[in-house]
Amino acid sequence: MSVNDSLVVVVLAQAVLYGTPLLYAALGELLAERSGVLNLGVEGMMLFGAAVGYWVTQSVHGADAPVLVLALVGAALSGAAMAAIHAFLTITLRASQIVSGLALTIFAGGLGLSAYFGAELDLASLPVTHQFASLDVLGLADLPVLGPILFDQSALVYASWVLTLLVAVYLGRTRWGLNVRAVGEAPASADAMGINVTRYRYIHVLVGGALAGIGGACFSLSIIPNWFAGDSLVNGAGWIAIALVIFAFWRPGICLVGAYLFGGLSALPSALQAHGVTIPPEFLYSLPYVMTIVVLVVVSTSLAKRRLGAPAALGIPYVREER
Amino acid sequence: MVEVTKRFPGVLANDAVSFEAAPGEVHALLGENGAGKTTLSNILTGLYRPDEGQIELFGEAVHFHSPRDALDAGICMVHQHFRLVEPFTVAENVVLGDHRSEGKSFFVHSPAIERRVAELGEQYGLGVHPRSRIWQLSVGEQQRVEILKALYREARILIMDEPTAVLTPQEAEALFVTLRAMAEEGKTVIFISHKLHEVTAVADRVTVLRGGRTVETVMASDATQRSLAALMVGREVDLGRSPERKQKPSGDVVLELDGVRVPGDRGGEALKGVALVLRSGEIVAVAGVAGNGQRELAETISGMRASSAGTIRVGARELHPGDPRDAIKAGVAHIPEDRLGTGLAPSLSISRNAAFKTYRTAPISWGPFLAVKRMAELARSLIKRYDVKAPGPETPARNLSGGNLQKLMLGREFHGDPKVLIAAQPTRGLDVGAIETVHGFLRDAASNGVAVLLISEDLDEILALADRVVVMYEGAIVGELDAASATVEELGYLMAGGEAR
Repeated sequence: MSVNDSLVVVVLAQAVLYGTPLLYAALGELLAERSGVLNLGVEGMMLFGAAVGYWVTQSVHGADAPVLVLALVGAALSGAAMAAIHAFLTITLRASQIVSGLALTIFAGGLGLSAYFGAELDLASLPVTHQFASLDVLGLADLPVLGPILFDQSALVYASWVLTLLVAVYLGRTRWGLNVRAVGEAPASADAMGINVTRYRYIHVLVGGALAGIGGACFSLSIIPNWFAGDSLVNGAGWIAIALVIFAFWRPGICLVGAYLFGGLSALPSALQAHGVTIPPEFLYSLPYVMTIVVLVVVSTSLAKRRLGAPAALGIPYVREER
Repeated sequence: MVEVTKRFPGVLANDAVSFEAAPGEVHALLGENGAGKTTLSNILTGLYRPDEGQIELFGEAVHFHSPRDALDAGICMVHQHFRLVEPFTVAENVVLGDHRSEGKSFFVHSPAIERRVAELGEQYGLGVHPRSRIWQLSVGEQQRVEILKALYREARILIMDEPTAVLTPQEAEALFVTLRAMAEEGKTVIFISHKLHEVTAVADRVTVLRGGRTVETVMASDATQRSLAALMVGREVDLGRSPERKQKPSGDVVLELDGVRVPGDRGGEALKGVALVLRSGEIVAVAGVAGNGQRELAETISGMRASSAGTIRVGARELHPGDPRDAIKAGVAHIPEDRLGTGLAPSLSISRNAAFKTYRTAPISWGPFLAVKRMAELARSLIKRYDVKAPGPETPARNLSGGNLQKLMLGREFHGDPKVLIAAQPTRGLDVGAIETVHGFLRDAASNGVAVLLISEDLDEILALADRVVVMYEGAIVGELDAASATVEELGYLMAGGEAR
């Protein structure tokens, strides 16, 4: 047995695979939160993106690459459409971001639109026609250890690395990024300096929704290429992504590491079972969620002490002061 | 020529206000709170749109649809509450939202901006390090960043809204020098204030506003503080020091703090071993630049904040740290800085608010039940006795004006016959009439034997009311002066961290 088949390498490769949808969704949520809007609808947006992405691969015929790109576009647009509801409610109507986000998850998710959409089109009974396959772009897939973990993955994984870098540069080094951070930290100051708070928030919530849609499509087009009724496909990944943003202190780079950490926890149960390790599977399946809670507790207490990270205006609707 | 005319019916925050300011001029807008100064400046900076009238800039009518239009036209404003992004560096704040030259490039080039910020700082005497983060800076330094923003944008008109409220007298002097230097270069400075001595010190001309209308524009050199005050209030006012107090305080010690240490919100210590003694019947004022531990001091004594070391005694009784109820029982009354947030519940009625401190015991409560009628009676008696202008006891507190809220709160706090009264910024944001009333109540309290701790950033108020003044700097008491002989200069020196002489 080569080193590349060892349990550790398999789990790590799976960690990257399972971490990728988390990374997309978390980067999207990070952008929205940096502009000051908390969107708890990630789970719903992901599931809807997964459904639409899968549907596109079923209804469009052609070569793999263009169909899959089209499917991603569809997933992104559907995620953004869901986010638009949240944006309108919270930015224009200044509704509570928490209530609106929860409502969005229910509306778009496994009890709502996605389930209806899936059932109506009978997605679950359709055979898989297109999926993202592993792509050995640099010819490094046979490297020991690193090969299977990093270079025997799908285009979605490689693209997520580029995206992480782009988001980091955008927020940290560009004028627009500076404006976004100002809008999230001190909207009144940004407004006084001539930055259009409403526009910035809309754009970032919509982009956040698009990325959540793509994150959802990672499941239906790559990880478990198929559609299942209910919410079992995305299965809480949206909530993990929200926790991940906090875990990462709103930094894209840490998001990447965190996504693979949580991805690894999600992948662990099946990998262990395949290797014949007998631990009650329920315990293993609960790990990522237990970890989410632990992370939130730890991070919130240390946050409270140091006041690091969270955009100061996160969750607060902006109203120009009126008399 | 800059000419600004504005009409604004409806709420009438500004009623046909006009004034004009010339390049190279420091033009003061003088008026009490509620005279419409801030509304006017918000119109000038594009935050509000005028209902009627227009702004003329260098002879041309302009219409601002957003703050950006005003910025592009060269109008910058330094708000009373700074418009800065706290986690950002000075340079990042300066370049924020700028869409000319360096700001236009897609990537933010920090070194070039930092150099420019440093240059401007040197030129105008506004020294701040371009890489410091805003939250690390003192309030005075933050104000310099705001002015640097305007200079960086090459603003032609700078509006300063109550700029000295947060400064020591010495810092205010330095600010005036900067403003004069800007005016000499041909910029226009519009200086909004309600402090007479500042207006006469810095301005070329003064436009007085009252009740949303322009009263008159006068040359500062022709005006006296007395004539301006008369224009501002609409009647003759006595600007002298307070009338002599009847009795000299020499009571027993009622409040004693010893070595009190309190952790700060941002780490570090907000209070670093404060020792303080208050006797019955005296008013002790705490002077200091905002953010040097005064708020924490008030909150600690009233039990809203737990100390980590030291003792607080009221009479012989030692207070439990961080227990407001214990403090109330011991006889501590507290008028917090933030009236509507901490002091009162805005959406509850006056009668509920009036009963906040007494509802646990008879006669307001009856077993587990509240005696609603008695609460209303209490409220009615407070309304009458403290002259609160309100339709009735069931009016929600948020409908009251600042002065009436403060009277209601004073009434409630005095109701339980307190031994100690902590008054934090009791007159901030009130008009002259309400300030007189509040001062009167504080003096009455002291003559009735209450020990009053007055926390204020207004040195005139402190010198008018207090018997003793202690100065706080960076969480410690750095000096104590007799109010009768203390001067503003001396206090300012201590407030800036100078050694006692």
